[in-house]
Amino acid sequence: MNLEIIINQLNLKVLAGKENTGREVKGAYASDLLSDVMGKAREGYVWITMQTHKNIIAVASLKDIAAVIIVNGGNPDEGTLVAAAAEGVVVLGTHEAAFSTCGKLYKILERDAVV
Amino acid sequence: MQWFKADLHIHTVLSPCGGLDMSPVSIIKQAVLKGLDFIAITDHNSTRHCRLAQEIGRKHGITVLAGAEVNTKEEIHCLTFFEDMDKASKFQQYIDENLMFIENKPEIFGYQLIVDEDENILEEEVRMLGAAMNTSIDEISEAVAALDGIFIPAHINRLHNSVYSQLGFLPPSAHIDAVEVSPVADYMKFLEEHPETGRFCHVNNSDSHHIERIGLVTTEYYMEKPDFNEFRMAIRNENGRKVRSI
Repeated sequence: MNLEIIINQLNLKVLAGKENTGREVKGAYASDLLSDVMGKAREGYVWITMQTHKNIIAVASLKDIAAVIIVNGGNPDEGTLVAAAAEGVVVLGTHEAAFSTCGKLYKILERDAVV
Repeated sequence: MQWFKADLHIHTVLSPCGGLDMSPVSIIKQAVLKGLDFIAITDHNSTRHCRLAQEIGRKHGITVLAGAEVNTKEEIHCLTFFEDMDKASKFQQYIDENLMFIENKPEIFGYQLIVDEDENILEEEVRMLGAAMNTSIDEISEAVAALDGIFIPAHINRLHNSVYSQLGFLPPSAHIDAVEVSPVADYMKFLEEHPETGRFCHVNNSDSHHIERIGLVTTEYYMEKPDFNEFRMAIRNENGRKVRSI
């Protein structure tokens, strides 16, 4: 599943990393605990979180995450966007809550059998 | 008794976010320069630089408390302090058994180095020390209490990695000796919103990751001499000992 399709279907706002939105998505993981994501997310996953602190970019970079989706209309800190630009990490935003974002994403990924 | 000035939250070059200028010897020299009477070394999930800092501290007439800033399962940062290196080393074993194993990538998280007195690199820590432990704040505070240590939730008014950002309250079941508040956030507003924190002594520290930050935020303790047991009496407001912060 191409990340562009997800961005369009979930109507996500691209907050950083525009140049990498054509990546392949291999799955998704939702969590707000960074260490949990470090332990369980896989390369090429989309990560759904309400965290906005710049540490999310370090974790996304470590795990080679395809994109971070910040839910609830969360505004990433200035440092987060700077770090995302430097690392080429795609940061996406939505006003929807994690539950509906996950639900919609699950349907899209299930269709493509990459859940 | 007299007032002693302390900065009890300082990271060395062993912490992933600690600057390369944060060798124990540079830290001690800066602490002396800033007129501090005692400091503590509190690296993320590690006590391994404490012994060296204490040895150098003794030569420069400054007390160094051995400690660590642990990251609980809930990703709450908490300061821990121990009476001597024997107890700190026992706590190090507890950390080693419970720290999630993720290999550090220095290019992302920074270098984690153990150095000697002459700033030669002795070892590079391969485990990511910024990771969380698999034990809860209650469990870790219990382990600290079992070693007769001091447990202080760090920067509780900060918006990330604090007991309030992660849980929204001070867990009544944890063994808490005091709380650290960060002066960068709106402290008076925080006090109004969380009067329950008033039952604990509030301390301020610099949380230094770079040499120029050391001693910029301090707390003063009224006691006989600067050491672990006097410090504990001061935060408990015992035997005439007391604390003066913000």
